[in-house]
Amino acid sequence: MFYREVGQFKTNYRADQSIFPIRQDRIAIGALLIAAFIVAPLIMNDFWLNSIMIPFLIFALAAIGLNILTGYCGQISLGTGGFMGVGAYACYKLTTIFPDTNIILLILISGIFSAGIGVIFGIPSLRIKGFYLAVATLASQFFLEWAFGRIAWLYNYNDSGAIEVPTRKILEFAVTGPTASPVVRYLVVLSIVVFLTWIASNLVRGRIGRMWMAVRDHDIAAELMGVHLLRTKLMAFAVSSYYCGVAGALMVFLWLGAAEVESFDINQSFLILFMVVIGGLGSLVGAFIGAAFIWILPIFLRAAPGVFGFEIGAATVEHLNFIVVGALIIIFLIAEPNGLARLWQTAKQKLRVWPFPY
Amino acid sequence: MGEFAYMVLIDPFVQMFELPDFFVQVIWEGFVGGVLYSLIALGFVLIFKASGVFNFAQGIMVVFAALTLVGLNAMGVQAHLALVLTVVVMLVLAFSVERLVLRPLVNQPDIILFMATIGLTYFLIGFGELLFGGEPKIMISDQLGLPSGAVDFDILGGLVSLQKIDIAAIFIAGAMVAVLAVFFDKTRIGRALRAVADDHQAALSVGISLSTIWVVVWFTAGIVALTTGIMWGARSDVSFALQIVAFKALPVLILGGFTSIPGAIVGGLIIGIGEKIGEVYWGPLVGGSIESWLAYFIALIFLMFRPQGLFGEKIIERV
Repeated sequence: MFYREVGQFKTNYRADQSIFPIRQDRIAIGALLIAAFIVAPLIMNDFWLNSIMIPFLIFALAAIGLNILTGYCGQISLGTGGFMGVGAYACYKLTTIFPDTNIILLILISGIFSAGIGVIFGIPSLRIKGFYLAVATLASQFFLEWAFGRIAWLYNYNDSGAIEVPTRKILEFAVTGPTASPVVRYLVVLSIVVFLTWIASNLVRGRIGRMWMAVRDHDIAAELMGVHLLRTKLMAFAVSSYYCGVAGALMVFLWLGAAEVESFDINQSFLILFMVVIGGLGSLVGAFIGAAFIWILPIFLRAAPGVFGFEIGAATVEHLNFIVVGALIIIFLIAEPNGLARLWQTAKQKLRVWPFPY
Repeated sequence: MGEFAYMVLIDPFVQMFELPDFFVQVIWEGFVGGVLYSLIALGFVLIFKASGVFNFAQGIMVVFAALTLVGLNAMGVQAHLALVLTVVVMLVLAFSVERLVLRPLVNQPDIILFMATIGLTYFLIGFGELLFGGEPKIMISDQLGLPSGAVDFDILGGLVSLQKIDIAAIFIAGAMVAVLAVFFDKTRIGRALRAVADDHQAALSVGISLSTIWVVVWFTAGIVALTTGIMWGARSDVSFALQIVAFKALPVLILGGFTSIPGAIVGGLIIGIGEKIGEVYWGPLVGGSIESWLAYFIALIFLMFRPQGLFGEKIIERV
């Protein structure tokens, strides 16, 4: 059973253009989906689902969002945390106003509000480029953070200033709120992430994605070839913010259960940016690999001293954690500046020519 | 609606005229804050000009330098000796950054280098906290011979109070900028630095060693960071909360332009004074604390008209 596309003939364009043209890929992705949907909920305990799988999927979705903007359209953004917050607060207000509407629908709708805000803050991108733009997106981050804390209407005027997720049910299963079981939440998150990833993979390899990539590679050249810059950049901002917004809503409603302003601060933006760059700019697989790496590494680092029998204070572990993450990021950038996704590509290429690489 | 327009457009100016002494005080506060923003931005500009690296770690270098100074003093080292040792630490830092981070990443896209400096930021946060502890510390300004207390002036029918440390900060900042200007203009290495800033390849071709230059600029930025750290630490205290100040230096940068030292200084003053005035006179209208984002909006408005900042080199793009 070799990983080869030899002998798999395509007789029409449709088949040639499919997402996974190689049969082995289709089998692998099918197996992965079965494992994720059926095996994982059966064998994983609540801790695994709650603190590893659910956040991993949510961060992967946010990383896809940022990757669309930064990796595909070339616009560096440091405002991801703010856009995630818009999604979360929009979803909170929506479910307050329409308590009986299906919560999954509301989560998907809340991304639209985030997209709108993203478009507004994306307008300067037409004139401002590169790091100037990156700093300009910080304006959105700090403004939104301020707004979440100051506009009492957003958190329903409660005293704590935090949002508490109410219980919402679909078909007698509690999906959100304190009574929702991790398995249900995991499956909901997984379905939404898989669905949106599928949409994204089709977007980036179609006409729109090619327009984004043309703008990324050289925006003036793209304009000369007839790509409408304003429309293309704003679309990238809209789609990217939509994904980030949905991820933010998922984060609060299906993972944390409550949130305050600090959940969406600048560090969140950096976390997602790390995932994108470590995973690989301009790669959807990279978003998943990066999210897994950046999210699971600190958990592993916290657990590691205990496993090897060292006793270290919690504060020291936290400091070491910072040092190790910082150093690893530099080491990874030096070793593979194109991200872990490129390693994956290389591995696949090696597999294709194995065992006769010459 | 009319009342709101009055509150926004007229009332703040009436306040400024009715209490001119308070207005002067506000401008002074903004001016001092602006000088410190300028200093952080100066560190950014030095590194960006010489190596094209957007050094996100500059803010952390400020904290790290101040923390090293205070930490060494707490370990029993005499204050001025601690100052010298901190300078040595910054030199070691410059060497290691050049050797371990910049050199392996030569010719990589800007965003990769930017991410590497964020990695460096994380590393320095962890390292600094591990060595010296994370709790806020008090700057050893007395031991270093910095003045304290305030000077009061009776002007404009009121009282304007200036902290001596702030006056000292402005003089030290001015002196440092002057020294840097002489260093860039008159010395051999300063000229080499400007050559590198102009064109890397041309500089290489006349025999300037890029890696030496990089060490020099990172070291210079480290010294600037140390000065900023001492000044800012003396105003509040030394802790990683200081890094929030670094975020304030970013709008200063885009306002002044990434490549211009005068830009960093003028930008710092505009942002410092602008955000203070905005916070005091317009802040209460929208619930206060607008300082966190007002600077960005000021910078953004300037940027809409000059995308390369006020003093930045004109961006010429070819297809």
